[in-house]
Amino acid sequence: MLRIRNLKCYYGRIRAINGVSLSVKPREMVALIGANGAGKSTLLQTICGLLPGWEGDMRYEKEPLSGLRPPEIVRRGISLVPEGRLLFPPMSVLDNLKLGAYLRYRRREQAAINGDLEHVLDLFPVLRERARQPAGTLSGGEQQMLAIGRALMARPRLLLLDEPSMGLAPFLVKLILDILVQLKDDGMTILLVEQNARAALQVADRGYVLENGHIVLDGPADELLADQDVKRAYLGKDYREFYDGRA
Amino acid sequence: MQEFLQYLFSGVTNGAIYAVIALGFTMLYKSTGLINFAQGEFVMLGALSMITLWSGFELSLPLAFLLTIAGVSVVGIILERLAIRSVRKPHPIVLIIITIGASILLRGVAMLGWGKDAHSSPAFSRNEPFEVAGATLLPQSLWILGIVLVIVTALHFFTRGTLTGKAMQACAINKRAAWLLGIPSETMVLLAFAMSAGMGAVGGILIAPISMSSYDMGMTLGLKGFCAAMLGGLGSSWGAVLGGLLLGILEALGVGFFSSSLKDGIAFLLLLLILYVRPAGILGARAVHRF
Repeated sequence: MLRIRNLKCYYGRIRAINGVSLSVKPREMVALIGANGAGKSTLLQTICGLLPGWEGDMRYEKEPLSGLRPPEIVRRGISLVPEGRLLFPPMSVLDNLKLGAYLRYRRREQAAINGDLEHVLDLFPVLRERARQPAGTLSGGEQQMLAIGRALMARPRLLLLDEPSMGLAPFLVKLILDILVQLKDDGMTILLVEQNARAALQVADRGYVLENGHIVLDGPADELLADQDVKRAYLGKDYREFYDGRA
Repeated sequence: MQEFLQYLFSGVTNGAIYAVIALGFTMLYKSTGLINFAQGEFVMLGALSMITLWSGFELSLPLAFLLTIAGVSVVGIILERLAIRSVRKPHPIVLIIITIGASILLRGVAMLGWGKDAHSSPAFSRNEPFEVAGATLLPQSLWILGIVLVIVTALHFFTRGTLTGKAMQACAINKRAAWLLGIPSETMVLLAFAMSAGMGAVGGILIAPISMSSYDMGMTLGLKGFCAAMLGGLGSSWGAVLGGLLLGILEALGVGFFSSSLKDGIAFLLLLLILYVRPAGILGARAVHRF
Protein backbone atom coordinates (compact mmCIF):
# COMPACT_ATOMS: atom_id res chain seq x y z
CA MET A 1 0.00 0.00 0.00
CA LEU A 2 2.75 2.39 1.01
CA ARG A 3 6.25 1.70 -0.23
CA ILE A 4 9.20 3.91 0.54
CA ARG A 5 12.61 3.34 -1.00
CA ASN A 6 15.82 5.05 -0.05
CA LEU A 7 14.15 8.16 1.35
CA LYS A 8 16.33 11.13 2.31
CA CYS A 9 14.89 14.23 3.95
CA TYR A 10 16.52 17.47 4.85
CA TYR A 11 15.90 20.26 7.33
CA GLY A 12 17.78 22.98 5.58
CA ARG A 13 21.16 21.34 5.08
CA ILE A 14 20.80 18.81 7.87
CA ARG A 15 19.85 15.37 6.69
CA ALA A 16 17.29 13.99 9.13
CA ILE A 17 16.39 10.82 7.23
CA ASN A 18 19.20 8.97 5.61
CA GLY A 19 18.10 6.37 3.13
CA VAL A 20 15.07 4.78 4.78
CA SER A 21 13.11 2.02 3.04
CA LEU A 22 9.92 0.62 4.43
CA SER A 23 6.58 -0.72 3.32
CA VAL A 24 3.10 -1.01 4.74
CA LYS A 25 0.71 -3.60 3.37
CA PRO A 26 -3.06 -3.19 3.24
CA ARG A 27 -4.87 -3.86 6.54
CA GLU A 28 -1.62 -4.05 8.43
CA MET A 29 -0.54 -2.18 11.54
CA VAL A 30 3.11 -1.24 11.43
CA ALA A 31 4.95 0.33 14.36
CA LEU A 32 7.88 2.64 13.87
CA ILE A 33 9.89 2.96 17.05
CA GLY A 34 13.01 4.83 17.98
CA ALA A 35 14.44 7.35 20.42
CA ASN A 36 14.03 11.12 20.36
CA GLY A 37 15.51 12.67 17.27
CA ALA A 38 15.68 9.39 15.36
CA GLY A 39 13.58 10.92 12.57
CA LYS A 40 10.22 9.25 13.21
CA SER A 41 8.14 12.40 13.09
CA THR A 42 10.12 13.68 10.14
CA LEU A 43 9.27 10.53 8.26
CA LEU A 44 5.54 10.90 8.91
CA GLN A 45 5.54 14.57 8.02
CA THR A 46 7.32 13.80 4.78
CA ILE A 47 4.71 11.22 3.84
CA CYS A 48 1.98 13.81 4.42
CA GLY A 49 3.64 16.41 2.27
CA LEU A 50 4.49 18.79 5.09
CA LEU A 51 8.20 18.65 4.31
CA PRO A 52 8.77 19.09 0.61
CA GLY A 53 12.18 18.63 -0.88
CA TRP A 54 12.84 14.96 -0.08
CA GLU A 55 14.68 12.55 -2.31
CA GLY A 56 14.00 8.93 -3.04
CA ASP A 57 10.95 7.01 -4.08
CA MET A 58 7.67 7.08 -2.18
CA ARG A 59 4.60 5.38 -3.60
CA TYR A 60 1.09 5.08 -2.25
CA GLU A 61 -1.07 2.48 -3.99
CA LYS A 62 1.57 2.38 -6.73
CA GLU A 63 1.24 6.12 -7.40
CA PRO A 64 4.27 8.33 -6.64
CA LEU A 65 3.75 10.91 -3.88
CA SER A 66 6.42 13.30 -5.09
CA GLY A 67 5.46 16.94 -5.44
CA LEU A 68 2.05 16.50 -3.77
CA ARG A 69 0.89 18.94 -1.14
CA PRO A 70 -1.10 17.97 1.97
CA PRO A 71 -4.57 18.61 0.50
CA GLU A 72 -3.86 16.26 -2.42
CA ILE A 73 -2.39 13.65 -0.13
CA VAL A 74 -5.39 13.80 2.20
CA ARG A 75 -7.62 13.44 -0.85
CA ARG A 76 -5.80 10.25 -1.83
CA GLY A 77 -6.60 8.73 1.53
CA ILE A 78 -3.68 9.36 3.89
CA SER A 79 -4.39 11.16 7.17
CA LEU A 80 -1.98 12.08 9.92
CA VAL A 81 -2.80 12.37 13.61
CA PRO A 82 -0.03 14.82 14.41
CA GLU A 83 2.24 14.91 17.39
CA GLY A 84 0.77 17.18 20.05
CA ARG A 85 -2.68 16.66 18.48
CA LEU A 86 -2.89 20.16 16.95
CA LEU A 87 -6.58 20.64 17.63
CA PHE A 88 -8.40 23.94 17.28
CA PRO A 89 -8.93 24.61 21.01
CA PRO A 90 -11.49 27.45 20.92
CA MET A 91 -13.75 25.58 18.50
CA SER A 92 -16.27 22.99 19.53
CA VAL A 93 -15.60 19.26 19.37
CA LEU A 94 -18.15 18.97 16.58
CA ASP A 95 -16.54 21.75 14.54
CA ASN A 96 -13.14 20.13 14.95
CA LEU A 97 -14.53 16.88 13.60
CA LYS A 98 -16.32 18.58 10.72
CA LEU A 99 -13.18 20.39 9.67
CA GLY A 100 -11.54 17.00 9.39
CA ALA A 101 -13.92 16.34 6.52
CA TYR A 102 -13.27 19.73 4.91
CA LEU A 103 -12.22 18.36 1.53
CA ARG A 104 -15.19 16.00 1.44
CA TYR A 105 -17.64 18.84 2.16
CA ARG A 106 -16.16 20.55 -0.87
CA ARG A 107 -17.04 17.45 -2.88
CA ARG A 108 -20.59 17.57 -1.47
CA GLU A 109 -20.54 14.22 0.31
CA GLN A 110 -22.93 15.49 3.00
CA ALA A 111 -24.74 12.23 3.63
CA ALA A 112 -21.58 10.13 3.82
CA ILE A 113 -19.98 12.67 6.14
CA ASN A 114 -22.92 12.61 8.52
CA GLY A 115 -22.70 8.82 8.57
CA ASP A 116 -18.99 8.97 9.37
CA LEU A 117 -19.61 11.55 12.07
CA GLU A 118 -22.02 9.16 13.76
CA HIS A 119 -19.48 6.39 13.37
CA VAL A 120 -16.70 8.43 15.01
CA LEU A 121 -19.02 9.48 17.83
CA ASP A 122 -19.92 5.82 18.36
CA LEU A 123 -16.25 4.93 18.42
CA PHE A 124 -15.55 7.64 21.02
CA PRO A 125 -18.76 8.02 23.06
CA VAL A 126 -17.13 10.60 25.30
CA LEU A 127 -16.88 12.94 22.31
CA ARG A 128 -20.62 12.72 21.82
CA GLU A 129 -21.15 13.85 25.39
CA ARG A 130 -18.87 16.80 24.87
CA ALA A 131 -19.84 17.62 21.30
CA ARG A 132 -20.64 21.28 21.99
CA GLN A 133 -17.73 21.96 24.34
CA PRO A 134 -14.64 23.82 23.12
CA ALA A 135 -11.94 21.30 22.27
CA GLY A 136 -9.50 23.06 24.60
CA THR A 137 -11.56 22.08 27.63
CA LEU A 138 -11.15 18.34 27.04
CA SER A 139 -8.72 16.21 29.01
CA GLY A 140 -5.56 14.95 27.36
CA GLY A 141 -7.01 11.54 26.55
CA GLU A 142 -10.19 13.04 25.13
CA GLN A 143 -8.15 15.42 23.03
CA GLN A 144 -6.20 12.53 21.60
CA MET A 145 -9.43 10.76 20.76
CA LEU A 146 -10.68 13.92 19.09
CA ALA A 147 -7.48 14.16 17.08
CA ILE A 148 -7.92 10.58 15.89
CA GLY A 149 -11.60 11.16 15.20
CA ARG A 150 -10.81 14.28 13.21
CA ALA A 151 -8.33 12.37 11.08
CA LEU A 152 -10.89 9.61 10.52
CA MET A 153 -13.41 12.16 9.26
CA ALA A 154 -11.33 12.49 6.09
CA ARG A 155 -12.08 8.78 5.56
CA PRO A 156 -8.45 7.73 5.12
CA ARG A 157 -7.35 4.30 4.03
CA LEU A 158 -3.92 4.79 5.59
CA LEU A 159 -3.85 6.35 9.04
CA LEU A 160 -0.56 7.73 10.35
CA LEU A 161 -0.25 8.39 14.05
CA ASP A 162 2.54 10.36 15.65
CA GLU A 163 2.96 9.40 19.31
CA PRO A 164 -0.70 9.05 20.26
CA SER A 165 0.33 7.90 23.73
CA MET A 166 2.30 11.01 24.57
CA GLY A 167 1.50 12.34 28.02
CA LEU A 168 -1.32 9.89 28.68
CA ALA A 169 -1.91 7.62 31.66
CA PRO A 170 -1.29 3.91 30.95
CA PHE A 171 -4.97 2.96 30.93
CA LEU A 172 -5.66 5.68 28.36
CA VAL A 173 -2.78 4.44 26.22
CA LYS A 174 -4.35 1.00 26.32
CA LEU A 175 -7.76 2.42 25.45
CA ILE A 176 -6.39 4.28 22.45
CA LEU A 177 -4.36 1.34 21.21
CA ASP A 178 -7.43 -0.90 21.57
CA ILE A 179 -9.32 1.48 19.34
CA LEU A 180 -6.52 1.32 16.79
CA VAL A 181 -6.76 -2.47 16.82
CA GLN A 182 -10.50 -2.17 16.32
CA LEU A 183 -9.94 0.18 13.37
CA LYS A 184 -7.47 -2.25 11.90
CA ASP A 185 -9.95 -5.09 12.22
CA ASP A 186 -12.42 -2.91 10.35
CA GLY A 187 -9.98 -2.72 7.47
CA MET A 188 -7.82 0.33 8.21
CA THR A 189 -4.10 0.34 7.47
CA ILE A 190 -2.10 1.97 10.22
CA LEU A 191 1.44 3.28 10.57
CA LEU A 192 2.09 4.04 14.21
CA VAL A 193 5.06 6.04 15.46
CA GLU A 194 5.76 5.55 19.13
CA GLN A 195 8.34 6.07 21.80
CA ASN A 196 6.34 3.76 23.98
CA ALA A 197 7.85 0.83 22.11
CA ARG A 198 6.44 -1.98 24.19
CA ALA A 199 2.85 -0.79 23.93
CA ALA A 200 3.21 -0.20 20.20
CA LEU A 201 4.82 -3.57 19.45
CA GLN A 202 2.20 -5.40 21.46
CA VAL A 203 -0.55 -4.28 19.10
CA ALA A 204 1.37 -4.02 15.82
CA ASP A 205 1.90 -6.72 13.20
CA ARG A 206 5.35 -5.60 12.19
CA GLY A 207 7.85 -3.07 13.40
CA TYR A 208 10.76 -0.96 12.24
CA VAL A 209 13.42 0.48 14.52
CA LEU A 210 14.71 3.85 13.44
CA GLU A 211 18.01 5.22 14.73
CA ASN A 212 19.72 8.41 13.56
CA GLY A 213 17.79 8.46 10.32
CA HIS A 214 18.47 4.77 9.49
CA ILE A 215 16.34 1.68 9.86
CA VAL A 216 18.47 -0.54 12.07
CA LEU A 217 16.05 -3.40 12.59
CA ASP A 218 12.79 -4.62 11.21
CA GLY A 219 10.61 -7.69 11.53
CA PRO A 220 7.41 -9.09 13.02
CA ALA A 221 6.42 -7.25 16.16
CA ASP A 222 6.71 -10.22 18.48
CA GLU A 223 10.26 -10.91 17.30
CA LEU A 224 11.22 -7.30 17.93
CA LEU A 225 9.65 -7.50 21.37
CA ALA A 226 11.91 -10.43 22.13
CA ASP A 227 15.00 -8.97 20.50
CA GLN A 228 17.83 -8.32 22.95
CA ASP A 229 18.97 -5.05 21.38
CA VAL A 230 15.46 -3.65 21.26
CA LYS A 231 14.89 -4.68 24.86
CA ARG A 232 18.05 -2.97 25.98
CA ALA A 233 17.58 0.21 24.01
CA TYR A 234 13.83 0.82 23.96
CA LEU A 235 11.96 -1.37 26.35
CA GLY A 236 13.67 -0.03 29.43
CA LYS A 237 14.88 -3.36 30.83
CA ASP A 238 17.64 -2.58 33.22
CA TYR A 239 20.98 -4.24 32.89
CA ARG A 240 20.65 -6.55 35.87
CA GLU A 241 17.51 -8.12 34.53
CA PHE A 242 19.12 -8.20 31.16
CA TYR A 243 22.22 -10.08 32.21
CA ASP A 244 20.46 -12.38 34.65
CA GLY A 245 21.01 -15.96 33.84
CA ARG A 246 23.90 -15.23 31.56
CA ALA A 247 26.72 -14.29 33.85
CA MET B 1 -31.50 67.08 25.95
CA GLN B 2 -32.39 67.93 22.38
CA GLU B 3 -28.81 68.97 21.74
CA PHE B 4 -27.49 65.78 23.33
CA LEU B 5 -29.78 63.66 21.19
CA GLN B 6 -28.60 65.44 18.08
CA TYR B 7 -24.97 64.73 18.93
CA LEU B 8 -25.86 61.17 19.73
CA PHE B 9 -27.43 60.67 16.30
CA SER B 10 -24.44 62.05 14.47
CA GLY B 11 -22.10 60.10 16.75
CA VAL B 12 -23.87 56.81 16.10
CA THR B 13 -23.83 57.49 12.36
CA ASN B 14 -20.10 58.13 12.28
CA GLY B 15 -19.52 55.38 14.77
CA ALA B 16 -21.25 52.84 12.55
CA ILE B 17 -18.85 53.75 9.76
CA TYR B 18 -15.86 53.43 12.07
CA ALA B 19 -17.28 50.08 13.10
CA VAL B 20 -17.27 48.80 9.51
CA ILE B 21 -13.68 49.96 9.03
CA ALA B 22 -12.73 48.36 12.35
CA LEU B 23 -14.41 45.13 11.23
CA GLY B 24 -12.11 45.14 8.22
CA PHE B 25 -9.07 45.33 10.51
CA THR B 26 -10.47 42.69 12.83
CA MET B 27 -11.42 40.30 10.06
CA LEU B 28 -7.91 40.31 8.63
CA TYR B 29 -6.23 40.20 12.02
CA LYS B 30 -8.33 37.25 13.12
CA SER B 31 -7.49 35.15 10.13
CA THR B 32 -3.90 36.17 9.41
CA GLY B 33 -2.57 37.97 12.48
CA LEU B 34 -1.74 40.91 10.26
CA ILE B 35 -2.65 44.57 10.75
CA ASN B 36 -3.24 46.18 7.40
CA PHE B 37 -2.47 49.87 7.53
CA ALA B 38 -3.72 50.23 3.97
CA GLN B 39 -7.24 49.59 5.28
CA GLY B 40 -8.01 53.31 5.23
CA GLU B 41 -7.02 53.42 1.58
CA PHE B 42 -9.63 50.79 0.81
CA VAL B 43 -12.16 53.12 2.41
CA MET B 44 -10.95 55.96 0.21
CA LEU B 45 -11.10 53.78 -2.91
CA GLY B 46 -14.60 52.69 -1.94
CA ALA B 47 -15.82 56.26 -1.53
CA LEU B 48 -14.24 57.60 -4.72
CA SER B 49 -15.24 54.60 -6.86
CA MET B 50 -18.79 54.86 -5.60
CA ILE B 51 -18.94 58.55 -6.50
CA THR B 52 -17.54 57.86 -9.97
CA LEU B 53 -19.77 54.87 -10.69
CA TRP B 54 -22.96 56.29 -9.26
CA SER B 55 -22.78 60.03 -9.93
CA GLY B 56 -20.32 59.88 -12.80
CA PHE B 57 -21.44 56.86 -14.84
CA GLU B 58 -24.99 57.04 -13.46
CA LEU B 59 -25.27 53.35 -12.73
CA SER B 60 -28.10 52.28 -10.47
CA LEU B 61 -27.40 52.44 -6.75
CA PRO B 62 -27.29 48.67 -6.05
CA LEU B 63 -25.12 48.03 -9.11
CA ALA B 64 -22.66 50.78 -8.21
CA PHE B 65 -22.63 49.47 -4.64
CA LEU B 66 -21.78 45.91 -5.67
CA LEU B 67 -19.29 46.91 -8.35
CA THR B 68 -17.43 49.14 -5.91
CA ILE B 69 -17.16 46.38 -3.32
CA ALA B 70 -16.03 43.88 -5.94
CA GLY B 71 -13.47 46.29 -7.37
CA VAL B 72 -11.92 47.15 -4.04
CA SER B 73 -11.86 43.47 -3.04
CA VAL B 74 -9.85 42.80 -6.18
CA VAL B 75 -7.40 45.50 -5.11
CA GLY B 76 -7.14 43.68 -1.77
CA ILE B 77 -6.43 40.40 -3.54
CA ILE B 78 -3.79 42.02 -5.73
CA LEU B 79 -2.16 43.52 -2.65
CA GLU B 80 -2.00 40.09 -1.01
CA ARG B 81 -0.69 38.31 -4.10
CA LEU B 82 1.93 40.85 -5.09
CA ALA B 83 3.08 42.46 -1.89
CA ILE B 84 2.32 40.08 0.98
CA ARG B 85 2.62 36.56 -0.51
CA SER B 86 5.92 37.28 -2.21
CA VAL B 87 7.71 38.30 0.98
CA ARG B 88 10.43 35.80 1.65
CA LYS B 89 10.67 36.32 5.41
CA PRO B 90 7.18 37.23 6.57
CA HIS B 91 8.12 38.82 9.84
CA PRO B 92 5.17 40.81 11.25
CA ILE B 93 7.02 44.11 11.29
CA VAL B 94 8.07 43.66 7.66
CA LEU B 95 4.48 42.96 6.64
CA ILE B 96 3.20 46.00 8.52
CA ILE B 97 5.70 48.24 6.80
CA ILE B 98 4.68 46.75 3.48
CA THR B 99 1.05 47.65 4.15
CA ILE B 100 2.12 51.21 5.00
CA GLY B 101 4.02 51.33 1.71
CA ALA B 102 0.97 50.00 -0.10
CA SER B 103 -1.18 52.72 1.46
CA ILE B 104 1.17 55.42 0.16
CA LEU B 105 1.10 53.83 -3.29
CA LEU B 106 -2.71 53.61 -3.35
CA ARG B 107 -3.00 57.21 -2.23
CA GLY B 108 -0.69 58.28 -5.03
CA VAL B 109 -2.59 56.32 -7.64
CA ALA B 110 -5.88 57.74 -6.39
CA MET B 111 -4.47 61.26 -6.61
CA LEU B 112 -3.52 60.63 -10.24
CA GLY B 113 -6.91 59.14 -11.02
CA TRP B 114 -9.31 61.42 -9.16
CA GLY B 115 -7.21 64.53 -8.75
CA LYS B 116 -6.72 66.52 -5.59
CA ASP B 117 -10.26 67.90 -5.42
CA ALA B 118 -12.80 66.67 -2.93
CA HIS B 119 -15.86 64.93 -4.31
CA SER B 120 -19.22 64.10 -2.82
CA SER B 121 -22.17 61.94 -3.71
CA PRO B 122 -25.87 62.52 -3.07
CA ALA B 123 -27.66 60.72 -0.26
CA PHE B 124 -28.96 57.22 -1.00
CA SER B 125 -32.57 58.34 -0.79
CA ARG B 126 -34.14 61.77 -1.07
CA ASN B 127 -36.60 61.53 1.83
CA GLU B 128 -37.13 64.41 4.22
CA PRO B 129 -35.20 64.26 7.51
CA PHE B 130 -37.16 62.91 10.47
CA GLU B 131 -37.84 64.75 13.68
CA VAL B 132 -37.18 62.70 16.80
CA ALA B 133 -37.82 64.52 20.09
CA GLY B 134 -36.74 67.79 18.53
CA ALA B 135 -33.55 66.40 17.00
CA THR B 136 -33.09 65.81 13.29
CA LEU B 137 -32.35 62.33 12.01
CA LEU B 138 -31.15 62.07 8.43
CA PRO B 139 -32.43 59.20 6.27
CA GLN B 140 -28.79 58.53 5.34
CA SER B 141 -28.08 57.70 9.00
CA LEU B 142 -30.76 55.03 8.88
CA TRP B 143 -29.25 53.64 5.69
CA ILE B 144 -25.86 53.50 7.34
CA LEU B 145 -27.11 51.83 10.50
CA GLY B 146 -29.16 49.33 8.50
CA ILE B 147 -26.29 48.36 6.23
CA VAL B 148 -23.87 48.04 9.14
CA LEU B 149 -26.35 45.84 10.97
CA VAL B 150 -26.75 43.61 7.91
CA ILE B 151 -22.97 43.31 7.54
CA VAL B 152 -22.36 42.46 11.17
CA THR B 153 -25.09 39.82 11.12
CA ALA B 154 -23.82 38.34 7.87
CA LEU B 155 -20.27 38.25 9.19
CA HIS B 156 -21.43 36.60 12.37
CA PHE B 157 -23.29 33.97 10.39
CA PHE B 158 -20.29 33.48 8.12
CA THR B 159 -17.81 32.79 10.93
CA ARG B 160 -20.15 30.71 13.07
CA GLY B 161 -22.35 28.98 10.58
CA THR B 162 -20.43 28.21 7.41
CA LEU B 163 -17.70 25.70 6.79
CA THR B 164 -15.57 28.28 4.99
CA GLY B 165 -15.84 30.61 7.96
CA LYS B 166 -14.82 27.83 10.31
CA ALA B 167 -11.98 26.78 8.05
CA MET B 168 -10.76 30.36 8.01
CA GLN B 169 -10.84 30.44 11.80
CA ALA B 170 -9.03 27.12 11.91
CA CYS B 171 -6.25 28.50 9.72
CA ALA B 172 -5.87 31.40 12.10
CA ILE B 173 -5.75 29.16 15.17
CA ASN B 174 -3.27 26.68 13.77
CA LYS B 175 -2.19 27.02 10.19
CA ARG B 176 -0.21 23.79 10.23
CA ALA B 177 -3.09 21.74 11.59
CA ALA B 178 -5.48 23.23 9.04
CA TRP B 179 -3.00 22.51 6.25
CA LEU B 180 -2.76 18.90 7.42
CA LEU B 181 -6.52 18.48 7.15
CA GLY B 182 -6.33 19.68 3.58
CA ILE B 183 -7.67 23.19 4.20
CA PRO B 184 -5.94 25.42 1.64
CA SER B 185 -4.62 28.14 3.93
CA GLU B 186 -3.43 30.34 1.09
CA THR B 187 -6.94 30.56 -0.33
CA MET B 188 -8.25 31.41 3.10
CA VAL B 189 -5.75 34.25 3.50
CA LEU B 190 -6.71 35.53 0.07
CA LEU B 191 -10.37 35.39 1.01
CA ALA B 192 -9.66 37.26 4.25
CA PHE B 193 -7.90 40.00 2.30
CA ALA B 194 -10.76 40.26 -0.18
CA MET B 195 -13.37 40.40 2.56
CA SER B 196 -11.51 42.93 4.65
CA ALA B 197 -10.93 45.15 1.60
CA GLY B 198 -14.61 44.80 0.72
CA MET B 199 -15.50 45.85 4.25
CA GLY B 200 -13.32 48.93 3.84
CA ALA B 201 -15.11 49.71 0.59
CA VAL B 202 -18.47 49.55 2.35
CA GLY B 203 -17.17 52.05 4.89
CA GLY B 204 -16.22 54.35 2.03
CA ILE B 205 -19.53 53.95 0.25
CA LEU B 206 -21.39 54.83 3.42
CA ILE B 207 -19.29 57.87 4.15
CA ALA B 208 -19.40 59.31 0.61
CA PRO B 209 -22.79 61.05 0.97
CA ILE B 210 -22.14 62.55 4.42
CA SER B 211 -18.70 64.02 3.97
CA MET B 212 -16.36 65.20 1.25
CA SER B 213 -14.15 62.48 -0.19
CA SER B 214 -10.68 63.00 -1.54
CA TYR B 215 -7.59 60.93 -2.24
CA ASP B 216 -6.09 61.62 1.19
CA MET B 217 -9.07 60.76 3.38
CA GLY B 218 -7.89 57.20 3.99
CA MET B 219 -5.17 57.91 6.53
CA THR B 220 -7.43 59.51 9.15
CA LEU B 221 -10.29 57.08 8.60
CA GLY B 222 -7.95 54.10 8.69
CA LEU B 223 -6.45 55.24 11.97
CA LYS B 224 -9.90 55.87 13.43
CA GLY B 225 -10.98 52.41 12.39
CA PHE B 226 -7.80 50.97 13.90
CA CYS B 227 -8.49 52.92 17.08
CA ALA B 228 -12.04 51.53 17.17
CA ALA B 229 -10.74 48.00 16.65
CA MET B 230 -8.20 48.39 19.45
CA LEU B 231 -10.80 49.97 21.70
CA GLY B 232 -13.18 47.06 21.32
CA GLY B 233 -10.47 44.42 21.38
CA LEU B 234 -8.58 43.40 18.26
CA GLY B 235 -9.91 40.16 16.91
CA SER B 236 -13.42 40.49 18.29
CA SER B 237 -16.15 41.38 15.79
CA TRP B 238 -18.57 42.62 18.42
CA GLY B 239 -15.68 44.52 19.98
CA ALA B 240 -15.13 46.30 16.67
CA VAL B 241 -18.77 47.35 16.55
CA LEU B 242 -18.75 48.47 20.16
CA GLY B 243 -15.45 50.32 19.74
CA GLY B 244 -16.66 52.04 16.58
CA LEU B 245 -19.91 53.25 18.13
CA LEU B 246 -18.16 54.34 21.32
CA LEU B 247 -15.57 56.28 19.37
CA GLY B 248 -18.20 57.93 17.17
CA ILE B 249 -20.36 58.99 20.12
CA LEU B 250 -17.47 60.32 22.21
CA GLU B 251 -16.20 62.21 19.20
CA ALA B 252 -19.58 63.81 18.55
CA LEU B 253 -20.06 64.74 22.19
CA GLY B 254 -16.55 66.19 22.36
CA VAL B 255 -17.14 68.25 19.25
CA GLY B 256 -20.54 69.40 20.46
CA PHE B 257 -19.77 70.30 24.05
CA PHE B 258 -16.15 71.37 23.79
CA SER B 259 -14.61 72.28 20.46
CA SER B 260 -14.72 70.97 16.93
CA SER B 261 -10.95 71.15 16.77
CA LEU B 262 -10.91 68.28 19.27
CA LYS B 263 -12.52 65.84 16.82
CA ASP B 264 -9.47 63.86 15.70
CA GLY B 265 -7.71 64.37 18.99
CA ILE B 266 -10.35 62.39 20.86
CA ALA B 267 -9.75 59.26 18.81
CA PHE B 268 -6.05 59.25 19.49
CA LEU B 269 -6.44 60.18 23.13
CA LEU B 270 -8.73 57.17 23.47
CA LEU B 271 -6.22 54.98 21.64
CA LEU B 272 -3.45 56.01 24.02
CA LEU B 273 -5.69 55.48 27.03
CA ILE B 274 -6.77 52.02 25.96
CA LEU B 275 -3.20 51.02 25.19
CA TYR B 276 -2.13 52.10 28.67
CA VAL B 277 -5.05 50.80 30.67
CA ARG B 278 -6.34 47.76 28.83
CA PRO B 279 -4.22 46.82 25.81
CA ALA B 280 -6.46 43.86 25.01
CA GLY B 281 -9.45 46.17 24.47
CA ILE B 282 -12.87 46.12 26.05
CA LEU B 283 -14.01 42.77 24.70
CA GLY B 284 -10.57 41.30 23.96
CA ALA B 285 -10.11 38.34 26.24
CA ARG B 286 -6.82 37.17 24.84
CA ALA B 287 -3.77 39.31 25.21
CA VAL B 288 -2.55 40.68 21.91
CA HIS B 289 0.66 38.79 21.65
CA ARG B 290 1.94 39.34 18.18
CA PHE B 291 3.23 42.86 18.21
